[in-house]
Amino acid sequence: MEKEPSISKKADEFLQIFKRGEEFTKDLIKENERLRFRIAQLEESVEQAGNEEKTRLYEDKIKILEDELVSILDRYRKTEEENKDFASKYVDVETENNMLANLYVASYQLHSTLDFNEVLRIVMEIIINLIGAEKFTIFLMDEKTNELVPVASEGLPLGEMPKAKMGEGTIGKVAREGESYFLKDLSSTSTSKVDPASPIVCIPLKIKEHVIGVISIYSIFVQKTTFSNIDYELFNLLAGHAATAIFSSRLYTQSERKLTTIQSFLDLLKEKPRR
Amino acid sequence: MPNILVVEDSPTMRQLIGFAIKRVPGAKVIEATDGVDALKKLSSEKIDIILADINMPIMDGLKLVSLVRGNPSYKNIPVIMITTEGAEEDKNKALAIGANAYLTKPIQTQELMKLVNSFIL
Repeated sequence: MEKEPSISKKADEFLQIFKRGEEFTKDLIKENERLRFRIAQLEESVEQAGNEEKTRLYEDKIKILEDELVSILDRYRKTEEENKDFASKYVDVETENNMLANLYVASYQLHSTLDFNEVLRIVMEIIINLIGAEKFTIFLMDEKTNELVPVASEGLPLGEMPKAKMGEGTIGKVAREGESYFLKDLSSTSTSKVDPASPIVCIPLKIKEHVIGVISIYSIFVQKTTFSNIDYELFNLLAGHAATAIFSSRLYTQSERKLTTIQSFLDLLKEKPRR
Repeated sequence: MPNILVVEDSPTMRQLIGFAIKRVPGAKVIEATDGVDALKKLSSEKIDIILADINMPIMDGLKLVSLVRGNPSYKNIPVIMITTEGAEEDKNKALAIGANAYLTKPIQTQELMKLVNSFIL
C-alpha cells in the first residue's frame, strides 16, 4: 500500500518536470522567433544602408556627367561658331582668290605683247570674258584734234561709232576729268537699242594723270545683272595697265615702222655709190 | 591624274581656266584653240573631261560636242560648255546636243572647280 503514493508522487514530479520542460521549450521557440525577426530586421537595415550609399554614388556620377555634358555642349556650340566663321572666311578667300586670278591673268595678258592690234584684242577679250560686257567701244585720244576716236568695238559696228569731243558728253567728260563713270541703275538699260552717247560704264585709260583714251560699255550679258567688286578691280586695272600696254605698243609699232623706214633709207644710201 | 582638255580661242580664258584647273590634284591641262584642234588632241591624248567654249573660229563648240558624242571612242567623255551665251535656249540647245553642263562667262572659279570635281571624283 505504501508503494502507491510514492508512484503517484513520482508521476506528479515527472509531470511537473515535463511541464517545466514544455514551458522551457516554448520559451526557447519564442526566443528563437524573436532572434529570427531581429536578424531579418538587421539584414534589411544593412541592405538599405548599402542602397543609400549606391544611390549617393550614382547621384555624384550623374552630377559629374551632367557637368561634362554642359561643357561638351558649350564646346560644340563654340566649334559650330568657329566652323561658321571658317566657312565664311573660306568663301571670302575663294572670292579673293578668284579676283586675284582674274587680275593676274588680265595683267599678264596685257603685257604679253608689244603688238598694238594684239593689245587691243586682249583688252577686248578681258572686257568680254572677265567683265561680261556685250557691247562696248574703245576710244583713243587724237592729240592733234583733241578728239576721242573709236579704234575697236564689240557688238556695235566700228564705222558707225561717232568720235567724241574732249569734255563733251559722258565720254568726253570722263576723258577730261579722268574719273570713271558708272550708271547706278543697270536694270533700266536696253540691250537692243544703243545710244553711243549714253554708256552704262565709261573708264578712262590713264598713264598717271594723262588720259590716252576711254573704254565705253553700253550693255552687259543677260546673265550679268550687276557689277561686283571684281569688276571694279578689273576696271581699275584696265584704266592703268591697258593704258600703258596700248601706249607702249603704239610707240613700239611706230618706232618699228620708223626703224624700217630709216633702215630702208640707209640701205638705199649704201646702194647709191655702187651705181 | 585627270587630263582636262580646254577648248578656247581666247588665250586669256585659256590661262584663267588653266589657273583654276591647277587646283585639281594631279590634273593636266591640254589646250586647244578650236574644235578641229580639240579633235586632234582627242586622238593623241587620253582625255577625261572637256571644257569648251561655243563661239570659236573654224569649228565651234556645239559642232565639237556633236562630233564627240557621235564617236564611240569619245562619247562618254563629260563636256562642260563655258560661254558668253546666257540665253536659256542656248543652254537647252547645248544640253540637247550632249553637253553635260553649261557655265556662262564671266566664270566663277569655285563654280567651275565644283563642276569639274563632280565629273572627276
